[in-house]
Amino acid sequence: MSEINYIIPELFLSVSIMFLLMMGVFKKKSADLIYKLSILVFFISFILIFIFQFTLDQPVHLFNDSYVVDYLSSFMKTLVLISTFFIMLASYNYIKLTGINKIEYPILLLSSSLGMMVMISSYDLIVFYIGLELQSLSLYVLCAFNRDNLRSSEAGLKYFVLSALSSGLLLYGSSLIYGFTGSTNFEVISNNLNSLNEGSVFGIVFILVGLAFKISAVPFHMWAPDVYEGSPTSVTNFFSMVPKIAALTVFIRFLFVPFLNAFEQWQMIIIFISLASMIFGAVAAIGQKNLKRLMAYSSIGHMGYALAGLATGSNEGIQSSISYISIYLIMNLGIFSCIYCLKRKEIFYEDIEDLSGLSKNHPLISISLLILLFSLAGIPPLAGFFAKFYIFMSVINAKMYTLAIIGLVSTVISAFYYLRIIKIIYFDDKKEKFDIEKNFGLNFSIIFSTLIILIYFLYPNILLDFISRIQII
Amino acid sequence: MNFPILSVVTFLPLFGSFFIFLIKTHPNNENRSIKYVALFTSFVNFLFTLYLWFSFDLSTSEFQFIENKQWMKGYFNFQFGIDGISILFILLTAFITPLCILSVIKSVKVRVKEFLIAILIMETLMIGVFCSLDLVVFYLFFEGGLIPMFLIIGIWGGPRRVYSAFKFFLFTLLGSVFMLIAIISIYWMTGTTDVIQLYQLTIPEKYQYILWLAFFSSFAVKLPMWPVHTWLPDAHVEAPTAGSVILAAILLKMAGYGFIRFSIGLFPLASDYFTPLIYFLSVVAIIYTSLVALMQDDMKKLIAYSSVAHMGFVTIGIFTLTKQGLEGSIIQMISHGLVSAALFLCVGVVYDRFHSRLISSYGGLVNIMPKYAFIFMIFTLAALGLPGTSGFVGEILILIGIFQKNIFVAFLATTGVILAAAYMLWLYKRVIFGKIKNVELKKLFDLNKIESFVLLSLAVFVLFFGFYPEPLLKTINVSITNLINNHETNIAYFLQGEINQ
Repeated sequence: MSEINYIIPELFLSVSIMFLLMMGVFKKKSADLIYKLSILVFFISFILIFIFQFTLDQPVHLFNDSYVVDYLSSFMKTLVLISTFFIMLASYNYIKLTGINKIEYPILLLSSSLGMMVMISSYDLIVFYIGLELQSLSLYVLCAFNRDNLRSSEAGLKYFVLSALSSGLLLYGSSLIYGFTGSTNFEVISNNLNSLNEGSVFGIVFILVGLAFKISAVPFHMWAPDVYEGSPTSVTNFFSMVPKIAALTVFIRFLFVPFLNAFEQWQMIIIFISLASMIFGAVAAIGQKNLKRLMAYSSIGHMGYALAGLATGSNEGIQSSISYISIYLIMNLGIFSCIYCLKRKEIFYEDIEDLSGLSKNHPLISISLLILLFSLAGIPPLAGFFAKFYIFMSVINAKMYTLAIIGLVSTVISAFYYLRIIKIIYFDDKKEKFDIEKNFGLNFSIIFSTLIILIYFLYPNILLDFISRIQII
Repeated sequence: MNFPILSVVTFLPLFGSFFIFLIKTHPNNENRSIKYVALFTSFVNFLFTLYLWFSFDLSTSEFQFIENKQWMKGYFNFQFGIDGISILFILLTAFITPLCILSVIKSVKVRVKEFLIAILIMETLMIGVFCSLDLVVFYLFFEGGLIPMFLIIGIWGGPRRVYSAFKFFLFTLLGSVFMLIAIISIYWMTGTTDVIQLYQLTIPEKYQYILWLAFFSSFAVKLPMWPVHTWLPDAHVEAPTAGSVILAAILLKMAGYGFIRFSIGLFPLASDYFTPLIYFLSVVAIIYTSLVALMQDDMKKLIAYSSVAHMGFVTIGIFTLTKQGLEGSIIQMISHGLVSAALFLCVGVVYDRFHSRLISSYGGLVNIMPKYAFIFMIFTLAALGLPGTSGFVGEILILIGIFQKNIFVAFLATTGVILAAAYMLWLYKRVIFGKIKNVELKKLFDLNKIESFVLLSLAVFVLFFGFYPEPLLKTINVSITNLINNHETNIAYFLQGEINQ
């Protein structure tokens, strides 16, 4: 098979982006059509991934070893595509009613996803950086997409400035690594990296800082709450799910391929980032009033748990992180789909107080939120518990008891703010009714995510079977 | 036997609650169909557990009705099985739940559907706790109970329900996360979380102590033991009657069961080592909470504190590690399950009529509600352990057990019996006897049919087991003997190891 065949999904995505862009320019009032076509494009690329990448037995290295297609990359790309597919389905009404349904919106989502797919598969510093920039540039625009809204523009600018800075750090780290190892290829770096050399350790630190920024881990999380709150909800939804998949994959790739020799050096950094994110995510979310802002803090905390798996430095740890993020995605999809439902006369509400007494007016949305929030808090027998359970299995196997204890105690602290939302939904007095949502896509994603979370405990093997095939080391 | 009777018993209520979920409700209607479905499900489940009891083989200490399904490949299996100890708790759960549902048929008026769903899910989770023979599965059920209970307290509770629900949830969760760490550690140490296999293995001595403490932190909060008992009075006072009944009758027993099944079974050395700690905490619990109970002006709070004291007896009995002590504590748990359920129902009866739980607002009820006064008396006497009630059997066995081990502790524990008599009789006197102080009380009417039925069926068992505890003792006898034998062989094994060194 020629090399090009392996990247047909990416090629298809790029061609469709150009095609849709042309279509948007030449055909008047085609925004709605393009939106629907992009959903289709996501779906087709998802199928293409299955055909051309998922079925491979052996990792394939392409283009002079700068691009890799292996099980990890195919799995994560699938996650990226499915998540975006569902986000677009669920946010269709939101996009239309808030007036951000312009032709650029779906195209930016597509190009950002393409950037992530490149990031996920990259096996070379330069290819990685190209992918990163493609996704970041699309995200800057997406943040500020609601341009008449002051908060949205502010979010876009803030994200742009900080993200550009972090990309700069990342690039500087890459150049240091290149300087000390003499190559941009991961495999060569891995062979040449001398973990005692201060220059390369500096490079590692800079790259990790850049990546930690992308995944919004403490202490590089400052942008997250403002950007989450300011961006349109659909973009926040995208932000809280998809870039995390890509960033986590890149984390795995960097830590376990080029930097594997420097395990001792980066382990401390990852443990610190992970602990700090868990604690900060749990404590800072307590006082929040805005749902989207709260989800920002909650996602910071969750990234802490996902990184804890990586800190073990074992295959099990990687697998637990990946199962964590998979389950986290489903929960977040459900929560945000519920947020889209908080609409009264074309105005969307996003304060926690607006949920007051929701259970009396909308029992079905409330029960979904109840299940999803308990799952986020990690209460058995919901899927969120298993996500944490896998993480702590691998953490305790690596004998990192302090990390396990602090992690579990911060679970209890974070349970408090999830309980607070449940309290507002179930125990407080009811307010005016919200509009009843009839959009099929939205209802489908709520029911889909809630059901998966609820019955996950019956068949934990399905996810485990997929993930146990990911072997990095 | 191929028929998965334990899974049926466990998941039948869940199935029923799913049915209820599908039934449409009408806000102004009485929603009878929902209540009948709930009642029917829980009653059928009780019949199933009775069948379980009759087909249970009393002559062996092996686990019976074992079901084993692959669950998380390569890690854990979904394993169910019961022995003489767990079957009693399953019976208790299945017996209390229909009574609970009967009792709420009139008193819960808002969101009946959700309430019954929560109670049935609760039943599934509680039976699951007593059935599971895998630590992870146990943890799943043990912790899962937090969700419905949180909602029961929070939605249908009293004025301070939010505070109580949060306190209940966070206290228990914090206690349990340490148990989770311990369970995972055990898995990596021994390669299994299957309880039957773990009984055969021995966990290295140096880890036993820390693991025991981790399990202890969870069970102590749930039981609850002094000084982490403070969530219980709050939760009881604010919870609706049915919530209090489930909480007192079954939820607390999960921790006692956990002590017997896991703490003693898995960590024999540590159990011996920490016995003084348990004695100390239990004695403090018995005396201190009894004194606190004496001074309560809220009836539910008084009974809640008395629960803590009774649970103190239970822990003493368990950790005497004698046959009498262990048997006594199991009977005490069953008896307390019946008696405290009945007492909370009794409080519920007057609360439904008069909407006050304060002792001072009652007085002289015997003149208006003679039937109520009579039934309340039976349970008051059972709570203070009068001979002829099931409370007596449990306490006397526990005291016999502890007298063999430590006379000083036995002496202090016995004072608890006297204090129990003091607070219970004083409560009874203030509520039932005397003149009618409050004119409003004259409007009250005596027990209706449903209430009489519920309370009488509890009273029958309290008296029956008081006079004839043999059925209970016979059921647990072999399992307890086996448990103690295992414990002694384990201790001997470790002693032998030390001598060899």
